[in-house]
Amino acid sequence: MRLRILLLLLPFVLFSCGPSETPVSRAHADSILYMGNGTEPQDLDPHVVTGVPESHILMALLEGLVIRHPEGLDPLPGAAESWDISSDGTTYTFNIRSTAVWSNGDPVTAYDFVYAWKRMLIPSLGSKYPDMLYDVVNAEEFNKGTIKDFNLVGVKAINDKTLEVKLKNPATYFIGLLAHYTTRPVHKATVEKFGSIDTIGSQWTRPGNFIGNGPFTLEEWKLNKVLIVKKSNNYWDAENVRLNEIHFFPIDNTSREDLMFRSGQLHVTSTVPPEKVEVYREQYPDTIHIDPYYGTYYYRFNTEKEPFDNKLVRQALSLALDRRQIVEKVSKGGQSPAFSFTPPDPNSYYPPTSLDFNPEQAKELLKKAGYEDGSFPDFELLYNTSEGHQKLAQAVQQMWRTNLGLNMTLANTDWKVYLSRQSVGDFSISRAGWIGDYHDPKTFLDMMVTGRGNNQTGWSNLKYDNLLAEAAKSTSQEQRFDLLYKAEEILMDELPIIPIYTYTRIYMLHESVKGWNPNLLDSHPYQFVSIEN
Amino acid sequence: MESNQSSLFQEALVRLTSNKLSLFSCIYILIIVFIAIITPLIAPYDYAFQDLDLGPSPPSAEHLLGTDTLGRDLLTRMMFGSRISLMVGFLATVVALVIGVMWGTIAGFKGGKTDTVMMRIVDVLYGIPFIILIILLMVIFGRNLILLFMAIGAVEWLTMARIVRSQVMGLSKQEFILAAEAMGVRKINIIFRHLIPNAIGPVIVYATLTVPQIMLLEAFLSFLGLGVQAPLSSWGILIRDGAVSMEEYWWLLVFPSLTFSLTLFSLNFIGDGLRDALDPRSGP
Amino acid sequence: MFELILKRLGTAIPVLLAVITLTFLMVHSAPGGPFDAEKAVTPEVLAKLNEKYNLDAPLWEQYSDYLFSVVQGDFGPSFRYPSRSVTELITTGLPITFELAVYAIIFALMLGVSAGILGALKPNTFYDYIPMTTAMLGICVPSIILGPSLILTFGIWLEWLPVGGWGDIPGDKILPTITLGTAYAAYCARLTRGGMLEVLNQDFIRTARAKGLSEFRVVVVHALRGGLTPVIAFLGPAMAGLLAGSFVVETIFGIPGLGRFYVEAAFNRDYTMILGSSIFFSCLIISFNLLSDVIAASINPKLRQ
Repeated sequence: MRLRILLLLLPFVLFSCGPSETPVSRAHADSILYMGNGTEPQDLDPHVVTGVPESHILMALLEGLVIRHPEGLDPLPGAAESWDISSDGTTYTFNIRSTAVWSNGDPVTAYDFVYAWKRMLIPSLGSKYPDMLYDVVNAEEFNKGTIKDFNLVGVKAINDKTLEVKLKNPATYFIGLLAHYTTRPVHKATVEKFGSIDTIGSQWTRPGNFIGNGPFTLEEWKLNKVLIVKKSNNYWDAENVRLNEIHFFPIDNTSREDLMFRSGQLHVTSTVPPEKVEVYREQYPDTIHIDPYYGTYYYRFNTEKEPFDNKLVRQALSLALDRRQIVEKVSKGGQSPAFSFTPPDPNSYYPPTSLDFNPEQAKELLKKAGYEDGSFPDFELLYNTSEGHQKLAQAVQQMWRTNLGLNMTLANTDWKVYLSRQSVGDFSISRAGWIGDYHDPKTFLDMMVTGRGNNQTGWSNLKYDNLLAEAAKSTSQEQRFDLLYKAEEILMDELPIIPIYTYTRIYMLHESVKGWNPNLLDSHPYQFVSIEN
Repeated sequence: MESNQSSLFQEALVRLTSNKLSLFSCIYILIIVFIAIITPLIAPYDYAFQDLDLGPSPPSAEHLLGTDTLGRDLLTRMMFGSRISLMVGFLATVVALVIGVMWGTIAGFKGGKTDTVMMRIVDVLYGIPFIILIILLMVIFGRNLILLFMAIGAVEWLTMARIVRSQVMGLSKQEFILAAEAMGVRKINIIFRHLIPNAIGPVIVYATLTVPQIMLLEAFLSFLGLGVQAPLSSWGILIRDGAVSMEEYWWLLVFPSLTFSLTLFSLNFIGDGLRDALDPRSGP
Repeated sequence: MFELILKRLGTAIPVLLAVITLTFLMVHSAPGGPFDAEKAVTPEVLAKLNEKYNLDAPLWEQYSDYLFSVVQGDFGPSFRYPSRSVTELITTGLPITFELAVYAIIFALMLGVSAGILGALKPNTFYDYIPMTTAMLGICVPSIILGPSLILTFGIWLEWLPVGGWGDIPGDKILPTITLGTAYAAYCARLTRGGMLEVLNQDFIRTARAKGLSEFRVVVVHALRGGLTPVIAFLGPAMAGLLAGSFVVETIFGIPGLGRFYVEAAFNRDYTMILGSSIFFSCLIISFNLLSDVIAASINPKLRQ
């Protein structure tokens, strides 16, 4: 054991003692941040992209009405320096900052936001998540084509510096939502230089063409190698931005990323190889970070197929699942067992729970459901190719065999096949994960409403739907949460999905990086980040 | 002709076993195969039995080769894994061998248009995307080991065919073949009695190299979901899993790799022995 | 020779056409489309996207549209990277993968052929076992082990060589070349040895030796020719295999090559990229097979048809 630790420590010792200069050791002088960013970005068009790596880059290039708080508190003013909310909670008036300009010097105006939201919602563009803006009056109708005139949609530029947004319902989470990149503005002249409002895949997102209003500009983009952004001198808060450049590296191999971090090529990684988590926690507690993340890992039932059409069966399976064993012995990433669908937050949304680990009770329920020993049919767990999912699946397989005598086989499937089978209901039970887009239980609970695209369980409960609809109309956060707690209770009783654990973000962060604070949405706005000695 | 053949094989057997290295290799392979066959009777644990509280542990008295990250006994998993790997390795190689040799021999011998068409088909098969093919096969035929052999055999025979073809083409022009043709020996006899035995040298060599290649390919396919499903394992899968944690849990990589390498080396020594033994011109 | 080349080029067209057709049918039969994602897209959006990319047209129409544009040199935009054309992706990744493959083959030939020659000249002796065993390690130790081990040893512990990249830091091409080339070195070694042993036992070699020709002439001029035949036949597919198989090495070392794009395209159902790459790889395979057949024929006149 000691020898192993010594061998692992050796590289750290070597590179910290050695005189050799690495990019990270030079970074203090250059003020360049080197970031491991997962996969190669598909594009940089905020109305087209959907992934996390792209969101990291867009955080540097575009600024929305508000900015995420570096410590996860309420959003800070961004392009909008202040805003008023009407007493009924449905009209928002934003005052666009007079000093907000695009990287080419053009002032940022309210019209830019109107244009961007139109582009996001216009059906002919085919943006994938227009529902981010569906709280806005007539946004959904315009996007679905029932309304053709964008002037009827509840977003209007009163003048250059005033933006008025009208919502269908008082959405207490709306300000938080406005930090998401899908709501950020785009530079109309640039977009239309390379096509029309609904053209996708044009060259406007290339270095040299891209005009943004964020703290950084797009400097260089080498396919599958690196994407470089440079500090924008036109940014309204440029004097407080301490980083000069950020280099985003698309590294999709976790071992390689780990090696790059150890050899001083990266300040921050996108993840840590699972086997190394324990060792790094012991030996390098200051460099490895395990932050709670706003996401849930769960298993999904097909409630339209036997035997999972029976609530008792689903409850039995949940009771026979030892979540603590899983997070402590299997996934080992500092996750917490999940007993609700929405990750609980002791400071705000904290739903009551009835889930537990009780194999005896599980056996009883299974008997009550009519399945005596051995009569339960064999079934298959569908999951997409991944070491992590496979390991967890094997552990669960063993648990259900030992505790309930069930025979579950594993179906490791290609990603797209996995997705397509779920969407057509060709599965009994599948693995799934959901990360919240903004910090509010709605982003989780909405999924399970009857017929929603991401429901995919065939589960439908009118009481649940009504509770959510009612909550949407509520103006008080407390009242709203009470309604949502009731909805969550129904969900945890019916169990069309079994939550397993709450995600964590595990990554390595070099100690010279300051201003990188843990927060639930893993947002680290770069204007607050600096590199010290 | 007849008597020549049987004494050739007898002679080959003698020569094969007199080569010490290939003899030891034969014995090793036989032992491995024997263990693989009786594994269910002698394995110390169940290959899927997890001891989550134990987790990964180095070799000890209870677990001779250690345990993996789910606390499963490595020795057991290697023993069960050998059944899969050996079966897949040998059978898929045989499939590739049979198809490849036949294809390449016919193409090389007949030449002309037949050769052109046959080799162009090979070119086409090289060009289609392998992963998509696998995914399709998986969807159409479901998930079973027979399919695994098909898929693997479907890829490996191509190169075999090319090698055989070039060997045969070279041989076809040699005098003894031309003489046989002139004498009126039937084409099929020429193929089986003269061409194949003489072309067999590089083919055997390539075949013994193909077996480990196939085992690793099987690991890759199983990783993707086609073929061996968890919690079943094969050497290839164990090696892959071990490679990921080579710094932390060295035994998970070392033992499977060692066994895998030893088997490979044995196969190659046997292959060399075979090649030497079957070559009608080598020796006294 | 000229005839051979012309004939082969002539058959290239039907081969390519067959590849395009088969690939086209295959990608459209595989479940899961380019727009399937974990956060499901609504049916309306899916319809819109399918329309934008012409995926809602009948299959034969999509096929003929595709052929028509390919003939004009337009391989379409990538589905996964909307602002990049397939041509751009291929031309960005190709030179890198090609360079890596060439270095690997040169390394494999140098290491493999010399080991094979040594082994053939002194079979079943020390000179046979050591080089052959070393070459064999290339097969035993797959890239996923060899690569990271080399990086750990030379990059992290000894700090002699860079940990990744291609062309950024001097010396970063060494480890990937070795990792990719070692397996092929083993093949070259064994094929050379096997082929040469075949030839060395033949009568005409005995004759040459009896005639008093120097060992060097016997080996290089006569035996090697026969020994290299299987190696050269193998080179064609080896080169093609290297280009596609470089994917693992490219991922481990972070090399922005075509192998990675090709494999990821399959997983992402990036139809245009899959088709474009397949066409491209087929052209390469045809060229390399042709090249290796030409070389084989010039070395060994008996192989000419």
